Amino acid sequence: MTESKDVSSPPRADQSAAGHAVIKRHGWATRAWHWLNAVCLLVLLMSGLQIFNAHPALYWGDTSHFDSPLLTMGAFRGPDGDPQGAVRVLGHQFNTTGVFGLSDLNGEPTQRGFPGWATLPSTQWLGMGRNWHFTAAWIFVPSLLAYLLYTLISARRRRMIFPTGGQLKSLPATIWHHMLFRFDHKRDYNGLQKLTYILVLFILLPLMILTGLTMSPTMNAAWPWLLDVFGGRQSARTIHFICAFSLVAFFVVHILLVLVSGVFNNLRSMTSGGYRIKQPRNNSEHSARG
Amino acid sequence: MADRKLILPDRRRRRLITGLGAIGATAALTGCDSLSRNEQVQGFLNNTQWLTRYAQRLAASRQSLAREFDKSMIAETFRPNGTTNPSNDGYQQMAANNFIDYRLKIDGLVDKPGEFSLEQLKAMPSRTQITRHDCVEGWSCIGQWTGAVLGDVLDQVRPKDSARFVVFHCADNTYGGPVKYYESLDMIEAYHPQTLLAYGLNGADVPVANGAPIRLRAERQLGYKNAKYVMRLELVDSFKTIQGGMGGYWEDRGYEWWAGI
Repeated sequence: MTESKDVSSPPRADQSAAGHAVIKRHGWATRAWHWLNAVCLLVLLMSGLQIFNAHPALYWGDTSHFDSPLLTMGAFRGPDGDPQGAVRVLGHQFNTTGVFGLSDLNGEPTQRGFPGWATLPSTQWLGMGRNWHFTAAWIFVPSLLAYLLYTLISARRRRMIFPTGGQLKSLPATIWHHMLFRFDHKRDYNGLQKLTYILVLFILLPLMILTGLTMSPTMNAAWPWLLDVFGGRQSARTIHFICAFSLVAFFVVHILLVLVSGVFNNLRSMTSGGYRIKQPRNNSEHSARG
Repeated sequence: MADRKLILPDRRRRRLITGLGAIGATAALTGCDSLSRNEQVQGFLNNTQWLTRYAQRLAASRQSLAREFDKSMIAETFRPNGTTNPSNDGYQQMAANNFIDYRLKIDGLVDKPGEFSLEQLKAMPSRTQITRHDCVEGWSCIGQWTGAVLGDVLDQVRPKDSARFVVFHCADNTYGGPVKYYESLDMIEAYHPQTLLAYGLNGADVPVANGAPIRLRAERQLGYKNAKYVMRLELVDSFKTIQGGMGGYWEDRGYEWWAGI
């Protein structure tokens, strides 16, 4: 429609750089799915921390060995008589006053695992935390399963997610480039990106769901193998917690890389879909890719 | 061509994205607590439990059993929660007499309402199971429970076809409050082979802290369903008119009636 006009009009800064092209990187379904996930995962995390706060301790095995937890968060009186917050992990104790174990809630120092700004709702309210958690899970899990299934059956999506042999071979170089904050803006995900997405999509998120189900007494009766796979309900709860914080770590790195590798180009690719790559425009190719 | 259009309003787009991000973050931080206090939101979020119940009923058959454990797994002390010693005079007197005067009343939608003494319940065929108790807070504790199978007891009073729930009325005022603890099960969970009116824990009588003389064991449900100090069973077609109308003490306080997860 405006092709002739574009050619005749003076080039703008954004499009003038030689060797750049804007492709449509993400379809509307991927974009909608991404932001739905962002909301669901935030609700799941914060309501999960609310649920954890009801009993801020982790154990290993079938049951809670109350005298030998893997991790506890709590408040106690320090040597000066003032209350302190502490995290105990495998016998090591860390003073975490203000964040874990003891933090301000509406101006009052309060004994709780995670602080109010990290939990949903902010005050201690287990019933509401559970309602948020399971509602978000009911939205998140079916959409994840549909996405994973689609990714496995669509050849295009398999190419998008699973690394090629060449990408695997050049993985050390890719990691090195990332450490130097040198980023290639190509049409395809790089090998490191692909492996990260596989780890998150096919390992961490399914582990979250399965360990979550393992904490359900009815699911234990329905699928007793869950208990065998994860070594018991309390182990499953601990794995659920570890995976949750692995996802938080992914989120932090994800946000960091979005920021340093061209924040507006990245944000655009996940909102309106457009993504600028270092490659001459080739209409036939990207229309084929959709 | 569509691609071209994407780059043109870039500055405006940036401002829009930044603005939306800031609004979203602010709304997320301040909005969730007010959402949590909104009754419609509470109702909506709470209602997903029925989806969970439907899905879990599909996954678990009526007879599928909770895992039973080896004797070596039994906890030294079974961790008590909620009320650990009902303070009202009626209960205290009964406890002082070693529950000789205890009578379990069963009424409501049954053909043959009745009363059962502890002796009578102990004389019925019993079941002993070493199971894991899962508190809604997140901890678990393993104990050996002995009791009469609830289904057998119900058969003696002959529930009417219209009976849909068994309501368990208890002796304790939770946290010393004005109302008595209560709970409810549907007929599927009530007739589950591991659902017991338990009078024994780890080979002895159920201690007062754990619900003497009779404590419900519903092994496929969370701890709060496992009512302690059970005094009366009422069979109903709806629990809407009982206390807060949600089917249990904690259910009246925002917890899910379906306690399978």
